[in-house]
Amino acid sequence: MLAADAAPNPWFDPSYVTSNWSTILAHLGEHVRLTVAAVLLGASIALPLALLARRSRWLAGPVLGLSTLIYTIPSLAMFAFVAPITGLSATTVLIGLVLYSLVVLVRNFLAGLQSVPADVQEAARGMGYGPVRMFWQVELPLALPSFMAGIRVATVSTVALVTVGVIVGHGGLGQLITGGFNANFYRAQIVTGAVGCVLLALVADLLLAGAERALTPWTRRARA
Amino acid sequence: MNQLEAALRYLNDPLNWTRTNGIVDLLLQHLQISVIAVAVAVAVGVPVGALLGHTGRGGAFTVALSNVSRAVPTLALLTVFAVTPIGFGPTATTIALALFALPPVLTNTYVGFRGVDRDVVEASRAMGMSERQVLLRAELPLAVPLLMTGVRTAAVQVVATATLAALVAGGGLGRIITLGFRQQDYGAVLAGALLVALLAVATELLLALVSWAVTPGPRRLAFGRVRTRQVGAGTVAATP
Repeated sequence: MLAADAAPNPWFDPSYVTSNWSTILAHLGEHVRLTVAAVLLGASIALPLALLARRSRWLAGPVLGLSTLIYTIPSLAMFAFVAPITGLSATTVLIGLVLYSLVVLVRNFLAGLQSVPADVQEAARGMGYGPVRMFWQVELPLALPSFMAGIRVATVSTVALVTVGVIVGHGGLGQLITGGFNANFYRAQIVTGAVGCVLLALVADLLLAGAERALTPWTRRARA
Repeated sequence: MNQLEAALRYLNDPLNWTRTNGIVDLLLQHLQISVIAVAVAVAVGVPVGALLGHTGRGGAFTVALSNVSRAVPTLALLTVFAVTPIGFGPTATTIALALFALPPVLTNTYVGFRGVDRDVVEASRAMGMSERQVLLRAELPLAVPLLMTGVRTAAVQVVATATLAALVAGGGLGRIITLGFRQQDYGAVLAGALLVALLAVATELLLALVSWAVTPGPRRLAFGRVRTRQVGAGTVAATP
């Protein structure tokens, strides 16, 4: 019998949310900032890597192999590897998150680039498209569904992974989870953090799905 | 690189390995929790996934399950079970980890069985195989590569996630890391991180060998194979 069971300790408690609104909002803000920064940074590193990997087959192997190795390293260990360099800061969490998001993003970016039909590229080249214009006007639109799929997966898993940042005190809503655990198993706080994470992931996924729809109007027209 | 030296010194001290709650104790705890969790997930996920894949039902369900499971933070599940009457300890950790291992096993098994060539299934039925024989002797061998990918993903995920149990007063190798952070001993933190990362990579390699050994027919070692797989709109991937 835990001491926690003696006193009333409900799973849901609206009064916890209302009376701690500013704390929750602060953690939520950090959670969102870390996620957005990690995915944006990850995407801007992953794109050149994917372009390089597509260019030569012998580069694709090491790039993909290295990213698989990164993904195998447990998140707590990753933050522990980075912490001695950057200390107990949000930067530590951010570096770990960027590394993980890279894995998903490089794979999906590469798959997207490789899915561009060769004859379309030929035709564009024949029409005098240079490599830059080719990328922006031909390859990017065609690879966009795959790119967005990667960004969605990376975002959702990053939202979940931010919580591990509690090890350096910057875990976003994860702070509520461990905070509640340490405050004599305060369930309302734990559940608020956990449910907040899931909701945030769902909202982010829906927003990205909406963005994908808005960015690729031609797929909708084809389906209709 | 001072901290790396400290980490090596930590690892080089025999007492750190053999004392109570030393590396050996924590490693055994870690392995015990992980093995039980994966075994439970396999015992539940493989039969259910095989049946769903065999009948072709529940595809949307398994994809939705694997997508939703990615959004649930591991830390949340570990904590939630620890504050139920089960109490914090190895049982709560094992239950949480088994739940986390279930989606990759279930989904990959489902996709493996679903992906078996329908002609093969028809042919084995025409040869007079019973449904049970079709399932076990025609579909299972063909589904093994994907099934094992699921088990491998789940196992690596569980070994990795078991370290998080230390954040909510659980056991396992994560203890070295959390304790190191608490004592500002970055040597111990790095040593713990090295051990955990090595264990995860070793699990991956071991399971790749096992899946090579149990795959019938032409086979290749699955090192570094893509661990994400497109399933309709969803993707089956692990969370580190």
